[in-house]
Amino acid sequence: MTFTPILSDEVVALSTRRSYIELNARARAQQLLDQGTYRELLGPFDRVESPWLPMQGIVTQSDDGCVVAKGKIDGQPAVVIAMEGKFQGGSIGEVCGMKMAEAFRLARLDNEKGIPTRAVLSLESGGVRLQEANMGELVIAEIYSEMVALRKHTPLIVVIAGPTGCFGGMSLAAGLASYVVMTRQARLSMNGPEVIELEAGKDEFVASDKPFVWSVNGGAQRFATDFADVLLEDDANAVTEAVKDLFRKGQPAQLRTDKYDLFIKRLKSMDPSKQWTGEDIRNAWKAGAK
Amino acid sequence: MEILNFQFPSSKVKARRAHVGVVGSGDLEILMEPSIDDATHVTIQTSVTGFGDTWKAVLERFLGQHPEAASIEINDFGATPGTVALRLQQAVEESQS
Repeated sequence: MTFTPILSDEVVALSTRRSYIELNARARAQQLLDQGTYRELLGPFDRVESPWLPMQGIVTQSDDGCVVAKGKIDGQPAVVIAMEGKFQGGSIGEVCGMKMAEAFRLARLDNEKGIPTRAVLSLESGGVRLQEANMGELVIAEIYSEMVALRKHTPLIVVIAGPTGCFGGMSLAAGLASYVVMTRQARLSMNGPEVIELEAGKDEFVASDKPFVWSVNGGAQRFATDFADVLLEDDANAVTEAVKDLFRKGQPAQLRTDKYDLFIKRLKSMDPSKQWTGEDIRNAWKAGAK
Repeated sequence: MEILNFQFPSSKVKARRAHVGVVGSGDLEILMEPSIDDATHVTIQTSVTGFGDTWKAVLERFLGQHPEAASIEINDFGATPGTVALRLQQAVEESQS
């Protein structure tokens, strides 16, 4: 007698799904661009590495943790920038930050020349690289200004997949995007959980309590509270399709950074003396939206 | 951090370009290119000091199986010898694909 397993559609879908989270930065950039159009700029063999890390006895990576690739998305010229979260926690140093800022600048110049170039930023970042602190901060300012200039021409999409998530300076970069795409596994927050716990104590934030951390800054919560526009399962093809769909949609009616009146109103409605849960914030903000 | 340099006599078969791995915890990055001469040149930047003999043994075993004239650059963040061997193998596969 032979045993024939009967797999439900859900199980089949799960077994054929390709993870986006498990892809490294280079594979993510390839995944986001149309097949066969990928062309990396300043790749590993160009050896543009951090000059500051070896001085402090830290091993460099040949692309400084940032992959910049030209290609096409949905047949249109595009640039994809993907951060590698495993190298130095996806931190922004002078070289990788400048690669990012310069890629945005070149995309803007192309747009101004009449070549409509789209931009996607796949973030996995703990923020500024502490070993290059001042240069990192300066280059993050350059990134912001180039993002603001570029998004006048094209929707600028940020993808945050995890497992590192998006913190510090790059969380503000996510705020500047036209659209933010997140998975449930991803986190988005200005200060990381450990930093909050260290600064404000365990009464304020317990960094080791994973369900609590995700209930505050996880993808589902960020989507429910208007910090993310699309919430996805960890599926590489779903990420690619979501990005394509957003470009087809064009610019949002209102950029997130133009909604400051709404955000200020919501913040003012909160009583900081009380301990807020993720659920409380969702409810309060829903009520405040009216 | 330690920087190690090795040179091994090699064959006439030139290696092709390949890039694998990431400088993450317990992992390493390998950049493999054709050698400028018939020898294999290896430069290692490693976060863990004092393992020169281990590196030499891992590389000798690898080159015994794949005697290609390569210029190999390794950026290591504490990978075990097993991980190093697997990444080297992956670099060869990548260069042949």
